[in-house]
Amino acid sequence: MADYPTHEHDVLVIGAGGAGLRASIEASAAGVSVGLVCKSLLGKAHTVMAEGGIAAALANVDERDNWMVHFSDTMRGGQYVNNWRMAQLHAQEAPARVRELEAWGAVFDRTPDGKILQRNFGGHRYPRLAHVGDRTGLELIRTLQDHGIHKGINVFMEYTVVRLLKDGDRIAGALAYSRERGRFAVFKAKAVILATGGIGKAYKITSNSWEYTGDGHTLAYDAGAELQDMEFIQFHPTGMIWPLSVQGILVTEGVRGEGGILLNNKGEQFMYNDIPDNYKNQTAKDPEEGWRYCQGDRNAQRPAELLTRDHVARCIMREVKAGRGSPHGGVYLDIAWIKKKIANAPEHIKKKLPSMYHQFKELGNIDITTEPMEVGPTTHYVMGGVKVDADTQMSRVPGLFACGECAVGINGANRLGGNSLSDLLVFGKRAGEHALKYAKEHAAPSLNADAVEAAAKWALEPFDRQGGDEGPYVIQHALQDMMQDLVGIVRKEDEMQRALEGLAKLKERAKKAKVVGNREYNPGWHTALDLHNLLTVSEAITRCSLLRKESRGGHFREDYQNKEAAWAKVNLVTRKGPDGEMQVEQVPIPEMPAELKQIIEEMK
Amino acid sequence: MTATAETQGAQMVTLRIWRGDANGGKFEDYSTPVTHGMVVLDAVHQVQATQATDLAVRWNCKAGKCGSCSAEINGRPALMCMTQLAHVLTDQPIVIEPMQAFPTIKDLVTDVSWNYEVKKRIKPFQPRKPDAPDGTWRMDQVDVDRVQEFRKCIECFLCQDVCHVLRDHHKHEEFIGPRFLVYVAALEMHPLDTADRLEDLKDRDGIGYCNITKCCTKVCPEHITITDNAIIPLKERVVDEYYDPIMRLWRLFVPKRTALPMVSS
Repeated sequence: MADYPTHEHDVLVIGAGGAGLRASIEASAAGVSVGLVCKSLLGKAHTVMAEGGIAAALANVDERDNWMVHFSDTMRGGQYVNNWRMAQLHAQEAPARVRELEAWGAVFDRTPDGKILQRNFGGHRYPRLAHVGDRTGLELIRTLQDHGIHKGINVFMEYTVVRLLKDGDRIAGALAYSRERGRFAVFKAKAVILATGGIGKAYKITSNSWEYTGDGHTLAYDAGAELQDMEFIQFHPTGMIWPLSVQGILVTEGVRGEGGILLNNKGEQFMYNDIPDNYKNQTAKDPEEGWRYCQGDRNAQRPAELLTRDHVARCIMREVKAGRGSPHGGVYLDIAWIKKKIANAPEHIKKKLPSMYHQFKELGNIDITTEPMEVGPTTHYVMGGVKVDADTQMSRVPGLFACGECAVGINGANRLGGNSLSDLLVFGKRAGEHALKYAKEHAAPSLNADAVEAAAKWALEPFDRQGGDEGPYVIQHALQDMMQDLVGIVRKEDEMQRALEGLAKLKERAKKAKVVGNREYNPGWHTALDLHNLLTVSEAITRCSLLRKESRGGHFREDYQNKEAAWAKVNLVTRKGPDGEMQVEQVPIPEMPAELKQIIEEMK
Repeated sequence: MTATAETQGAQMVTLRIWRGDANGGKFEDYSTPVTHGMVVLDAVHQVQATQATDLAVRWNCKAGKCGSCSAEINGRPALMCMTQLAHVLTDQPIVIEPMQAFPTIKDLVTDVSWNYEVKKRIKPFQPRKPDAPDGTWRMDQVDVDRVQEFRKCIECFLCQDVCHVLRDHHKHEEFIGPRFLVYVAALEMHPLDTADRLEDLKDRDGIGYCNITKCCTKVCPEHITITDNAIIPLKERVVDEYYDPIMRLWRLFVPKRTALPMVSS
């Protein structure tokens, strides 16, 4: 196998965000060897950008909360196409996962009686998000990182996985390259956990970093695993829109949780004009009641601004289309107004939303304690991902696990804010636990030298291409523009058909993309390789979106605007066919057990 | 390099970017159009996408939260994603170079692995027994405010870069630098922590090297009051523990404490 260095582990984890770190910690707890490969430096993964909090029914602020309420909130938010077993496990186990973080050194904001404080968030019935100001993700990743570095995990920073390797049907490891030297390394492992996050870079306007190129989705797909729910993309309602260079950067839902309101250019609090039927019982009748809710009034219902993200994003789009938008094509998000209600409002805002204050001050020249922000939807999260067993997180490829954003299940058609951080803790732990078990029960696989060589040869192709002078960035930008325009927040048949044709052309262009320079820390080369992943997930998103002829959660069809009962019974599963072409199949959702149905009924 | 025809009319800026690797290199000039509100990282990306696809730059969040894109802009350590071009524009080219306190890998990317090694050596968090039967603790907000300030750190290592003990005197073997003094402070002032790191601070970590010039505080993008709130209190604790004659005498008669006096629970 050429002369590539080979690293052998019982468990290999790909991705070092919250899910990958939590999985690594769990797997290393039983003394097996764990390798952790990450694209960036440790502690820089996308988890760091999570702002609002971790959803867990700790019931520290409102004792009426419990796992059953959290479960039913998650199912309602996901429009009932979630994997109910994952939603159940998630709601049951999240509180223990949060308390564990405190035992590892995390310092959450406190209640007056010294417990972990919880805040309001969209779609959650009670204040449920454990948080640290608006930098919860940083606290989470740093806690896991600082705990994990003492667990004997072998960390490979700035390594990118090119392909998964198999031994017959089962997983055997991965081929990766180091960014720094541009050299290949072979990772041999009995079990592999994918924790690679999302796909946001398939879109032009996104809150995601360069890393979010659908790597885990594509690695799994190419290795024979299935993807599910790829039509469900979360467009977060509040991203920065101006100046252009900061377009897409996230503005936390915590702003609305702290009492921030959405206004159109007429000064109307437009969210109160359209409240979906299944949320009528849980939503404030007027802004005054909404404010009382934010202040902790237990008899008040939550403000319309805290409806689910899919709905808020569409309401914003509607205001803009109707000509009631802000100058740069968004709407206004105002937290400064609370000065009418509380003393010391500027200090309060800076204390509760310090990152937002600095972000707008330094990037937008706006002081959010005195003036409103301009915001609009931004591609934020993919609900779809690698199809896994709910309890073990193993895909249909033996030994291949997935957790966090790159796995599918708990979110259904729309994720509630705060559920991603608890998802990655709960299922990161489960993936680590079961990968460890699998590794202990199985002998070491053997590697196929030809497969390694073929993958390495493929990865080096961009250096050898003759003719054609197109660089990888041009193709990446063309893809992002196209997905934004044709498979974005509002979708329709003819546009998505055009996107499929466009994808076919882009695939051809990607095969000819040329890179210059040498292999050492060459971002052009890395972008050329990422194109395969971006194109694969874009095709899956487009094909699934075409097939689902209804509107639900993060998937909105202008030509099929209603939710259809028949579509509530199926998930769309994507896999690579024997001919190498992408297949999408409708798969019935398993019947929910009576006790869970009853919980949902009772919480209505 | 000159402006291309299609960009004529737009306001242009010249970036003077250091290109090279561990064996050396030189500055190269790139001209690129400026748009309203653009940050330095945007301009670097524009150059990367159109003129120099192999230009190495480390970045992730582009929102000042991950601390990856640290560099020196016109000689000042800063995050490229949080520095507006408008704030560094002069009639001269904008000079962008890698951090000087760490070995260069390529172009704007440096080898910061030393920081990860240093952190591993520091005694980890060691909580006291839980306060409640359900295994949880109670802490008041006022008691965690200071620790939360330190935990804002995004590990951009700009404070390490600007610190003359590391940058000019290369005491990487004897001094852990401001970042890790903040890290130790966060652990030492954590209301639940029971470990003692004072001896390490004095001997191995070289806290005495810091002569409180406060350069680290000035460059911190998270506005952590590094010197006043973290380093000076740690220095005081070391002095109390090892150099105060009255305390020495006191300890002859009173057993060594297990928890530090400043923490309350």
